[in-house]
Amino acid sequence: MSKTQPNIIQVTNLTKKYGDLIAVDSVSFNVAEGAIFAFLGPNGAGKSTTIKMLTTVLTPTSGKIVINGYDPILKQDLVRKSFGIVFQDPSLDDELTALENMQLHAVLYQLPRSLSQHRIEELLEFVHLADRKNNLVKTFSGGMKRRLEIARGLLHHPKILFLDEPTLGLDPQTRQSLWSYLQSVNKAEKMTVFFTTHYMEEAEKIAHHIAIIDQGKIISQGTAVNLKDQTKTTSLEEAFLKLTGNNIREEEASGVDRMRMRSRVWGGRR
Amino acid sequence: MSTIYILWHRQLKRYFRSRSRIIGALGQPLLYLLAFGFGFGPVFQKAGQGNYLEFLTPGIIAMSIIFTALFTGIEVIWDKQFGFLKETLVAPVSRIAIVLGRTLGGATVAVFQGSIVLILASVAGFKINNIYQLPLAILFMFLIALLFTALGTAIASQLEDMQGFQLIVNFLVMPLFFLSGAIFPLQGLPQALNIVAALDPLSYGVDGIRFALVGNSHYLLSLDLILLSGITFILVVIGSVLFSKIQI
Repeated sequence: MSKTQPNIIQVTNLTKKYGDLIAVDSVSFNVAEGAIFAFLGPNGAGKSTTIKMLTTVLTPTSGKIVINGYDPILKQDLVRKSFGIVFQDPSLDDELTALENMQLHAVLYQLPRSLSQHRIEELLEFVHLADRKNNLVKTFSGGMKRRLEIARGLLHHPKILFLDEPTLGLDPQTRQSLWSYLQSVNKAEKMTVFFTTHYMEEAEKIAHHIAIIDQGKIISQGTAVNLKDQTKTTSLEEAFLKLTGNNIREEEASGVDRMRMRSRVWGGRR
Repeated sequence: MSTIYILWHRQLKRYFRSRSRIIGALGQPLLYLLAFGFGFGPVFQKAGQGNYLEFLTPGIIAMSIIFTALFTGIEVIWDKQFGFLKETLVAPVSRIAIVLGRTLGGATVAVFQGSIVLILASVAGFKINNIYQLPLAILFMFLIALLFTALGTAIASQLEDMQGFQLIVNFLVMPLFFLSGAIFPLQGLPQALNIVAALDPLSYGVDGIRFALVGNSHYLLSLDLILLSGITFILVVIGSVLFSKIQI
């Protein structure tokens, strides 16, 4: 990405504390408009917490965020209109059809019916779900649900698309087609893509810019080439391990983790 | 307005599509109705209190309503992390509209569930005293439904996982139900129990339904209506405020 693009996401000294625990510790970074930005880090590094603060669902303890020119705390709705999001955990209504899920989104984002009808058809076609649009989402596979969530996230033509581990648990074919689709939207619409992943080769291949976060702090950022040069390694995976160390992170399971476990057991997405 | 409507409509769609859940949720109220209704019937009759099935039916209608309503509220816990609710939390609409749509939808569904119990009770021998007072019964059913959906939403907004749910059912919902005069008359009770019943908002709901369907009541109808509406209103406000503060 050229340096002349304005920054659509600006984060300055962002901090989130839970009592004594500092989940995100004075993090600063910028994302240029139209870039594909990868936000990497081991489990519990603060990735999801940061995304939650960027997307208005969590209030920062301190620091400043500007999304598309607006502050997420003061101009919540303007920020919300600026982005689409695919969460780490499923967020579709399983008891509704694919089409109904899309229509609900259109109403929530106040799209006029004349416009939304056409766009929904187009997007469902694009993610290859047009012939399944009247099926209940609970009959969909994990990959189909992900595709539907992406189509839904794009429905209101956001400037930024946030994706929190969008390819987790998907087979290589589905991952490949998801990314080629997202890359084409990124090119055609100048839509900024902000994603997290644990697949380093994916980040290396797709992202224009990468930031690595560990224990709440950004420890390095730049292009994949920069990061490899800086660590004198030959792949992003090696660079990542060199920067973050080989220790396996032990997180205590929270209530949410316990529920996530159950949602998997009871036929959730993964 | 469109947000409230579409979320209300969503709850209805979900309800009518899950027939197994509708039938499953009828099991417990029907068991109470038949076992208690016919089991205690002769004793009740001998004590000079009349037909126990007639007395009990409004209570069991209330029971099916509070469980259905509370469940919709409690669903928030799951839904905010693994369900569609999260999608609504990042949408550019007011949280108040979201919670109102959801609460009204949950309450409507609970009234449907209560109505099914009423129909089944009629098959079992329950007679509505005055058919023209049916809308009044529906009004009371709706108020109870609203109260408990809002209560469930308020609690769920504060809980991080489902662990606390059993606690709430056993220590809040069951006492509210059993002490409300749903299954025994409030006349001639020990003073302590009388006070407890008077503090239980469900007492006024059950009493109101009983007046509308059977024609007799313990409290004044106007008192039932005013107290129940007031408490319901307060809980809807509390539920809405707590919901709008949810962070995920």
